[in-house]
Amino acid sequence: MSEAVQSVDATSRPLRRSVFQQIISNKTVWRGVIAIIAFAMLWEIGAQFKAWFGIEIWWVGKVPPPSEVFTTWYSVVQRPGYWESWYLSFFRVFLGFIIAQIIGIPFGLALAVNRYFREIFFPPFEILRPIPPLAWVPASIIFWPTTELSIAFVTFLGAFFTIVINVLGGARAIDIQYLRAAQSMGASQWDLFRRIILPGTLPSIFTGAAVGMGITWEVVLAAEMISGGGQQAGGGLGFFIWSSYMGGAMEQVIVGMISIGIAGYLSSSLIRYLGTVSMPWRRLF
Amino acid sequence: MDKPTSVTRDSAPASVHINRVSKAYGEEWERQQVLEDLNLEISPGQLTAIVGPSGCGKSTIVNLVAGFEKPDSGTITMNGEAITGPGIDRMVVFQETALLPWLTTYRNVVFGPKLRGDMDPRELEAEANRIIDTVGLSEFKDKYPLQLSGGMQRRAELARAMINHPLLMIMDEPFRGLDAMTRELMQEFYLHLFEESRRTNMFVTSEIEEAIFLADQVVVLSNRPATVREIIEIKLERPRNFEMLSTSEAYDYKRQAMEILHEEALKSFKRTGGQDDFLDAYAKRAE
Ligand SMILES: Nc1ncnc2c1ncn2[C@@H]1O[C@H](COP(=O)(O)OP(=O)(O)OP(=O)(O)O)[C@@H](O)[C@H]1O
Ligand SMILES: [Mg+2]
Repeated sequence: MSEAVQSVDATSRPLRRSVFQQIISNKTVWRGVIAIIAFAMLWEIGAQFKAWFGIEIWWVGKVPPPSEVFTTWYSVVQRPGYWESWYLSFFRVFLGFIIAQIIGIPFGLALAVNRYFREIFFPPFEILRPIPPLAWVPASIIFWPTTELSIAFVTFLGAFFTIVINVLGGARAIDIQYLRAAQSMGASQWDLFRRIILPGTLPSIFTGAAVGMGITWEVVLAAEMISGGGQQAGGGLGFFIWSSYMGGAMEQVIVGMISIGIAGYLSSSLIRYLGTVSMPWRRLF
Repeated sequence: MDKPTSVTRDSAPASVHINRVSKAYGEEWERQQVLEDLNLEISPGQLTAIVGPSGCGKSTIVNLVAGFEKPDSGTITMNGEAITGPGIDRMVVFQETALLPWLTTYRNVVFGPKLRGDMDPRELEAEANRIIDTVGLSEFKDKYPLQLSGGMQRRAELARAMINHPLLMIMDEPFRGLDAMTRELMQEFYLHLFEESRRTNMFVTSEIEEAIFLADQVVVLSNRPATVREIIEIKLERPRNFEMLSTSEAYDYKRQAMEILHEEALKSFKRTGGQDDFLDAYAKRAE
């Protein structure tokens, strides 16, 4: 008996190697790195093509080669304005995104579990949902006192609808047998919600978050371009691209684009990481 | 088997009376009568198997007895008390696994008692480990359901039901979908559990041999709307083993049940030209 009791606590854990070691020895990581290098080389060759052969092909060589882009990048990273743009865009994305989660998840769950709530709120929701976030920009600029707030609002909308639809769909798709089994074992309504509906919806919450995060970035960048980084709401990576373009600095446009790529990748990695940590049962495959 | 904590709950096997129960699904214009005036008795301490054509309403009976659904008319009582909803005195092992995928085997098993808080935590741990050991899953108790094989999932589910000490175990085609070998092993294992506990069991299946091998009586249902066509008393001695299935006695039971089921199948085929079943099956797949 005592043996059995002990073995519950003694969950065996594999020894943990340092994160750095894990990355270095990971073949997938290496393949990724090599693929990126190969891509950059192809790009370089493509960009240099015109100069090498002296024949003009109209679309080749219009984009600056990576070597120039990286040189520009090197000088750009020394300017605080560039990092400020990073900070501003990230701040805007996460502000809108987090508010959308805070409101969207309970709203979606309420739609899923309460019929009256659904009958009242779902129809207007479904009419507002197809309106693309950017169509809200003018109305939002008029409505909100500052540009910053209107960007936040449009960003929020971008993520909100996706999150709600995913949460609602996920919660409604929960196998009724889970609920029945729990009921047989004496679960109250609150137990059902907390122990079945909530964990059962978690995968959809993270799917919604991943998709929502992508939309949020799109919306923030577009909003930054549209608002022209006005007096109150300057900067941001979107504005960085836009002003580089207006100034004819093509290399800097590309720097901005790659920066956004990296920023988006970091954001979705964060969500994936949170997903794996909070859903250990999905880590099995 | 050492005695579990709530001896009283275990020692009083339940009897169930299904009394003139009717149940239909769907709105007016497509209303489908699934059960009509069904009478059925599940005797205490016995294993009653229910067999019938596919779609005749077996799971509907399960849902009614479990209290997940209510009959349109008629009554269902257990030990004389009307069934009004789900309860821990009746545990269902489902056709598809209903283990919670986000909980480990151990946590799935202790789910009920923990929820209710009706067991001392230390006793619960000991009891859970004992039951998990009984179903042979000690090494897998920290694994998630998706990491278990089909047979293991069924055993985990049996453990989860057993720890609640129900008066009635309801099995709805629990071994459907297992491969033949695993299925036989599970039948033997389940039979062993029953013969030790002598708990009242209601076992729904579409396999006649499975029913004969396990049950004290086999209830053969008609087509939809389901009524009892025949009750076959299985007099094979206990403890049972697979050899008994090749005796002439077992063969007679089988032929008797087969004849009725064949008649029912033919009836439905003649009535509908087989179309309904085909459309039904198609609709189910499309869902
Ligand atoms: N919730 C429901 N709503 C509408 N129709 C239902 C519902 N549940 C069952 N039915 C219908 O009632 C009939 C009987 O279903 P039931 O699941 O009880 O059959 P079964 O005998 O268990 O079948 P199977 O062998 O496929 O398990 C079927 O035609 C089915 O389509
Ligand atoms: Mg069924």
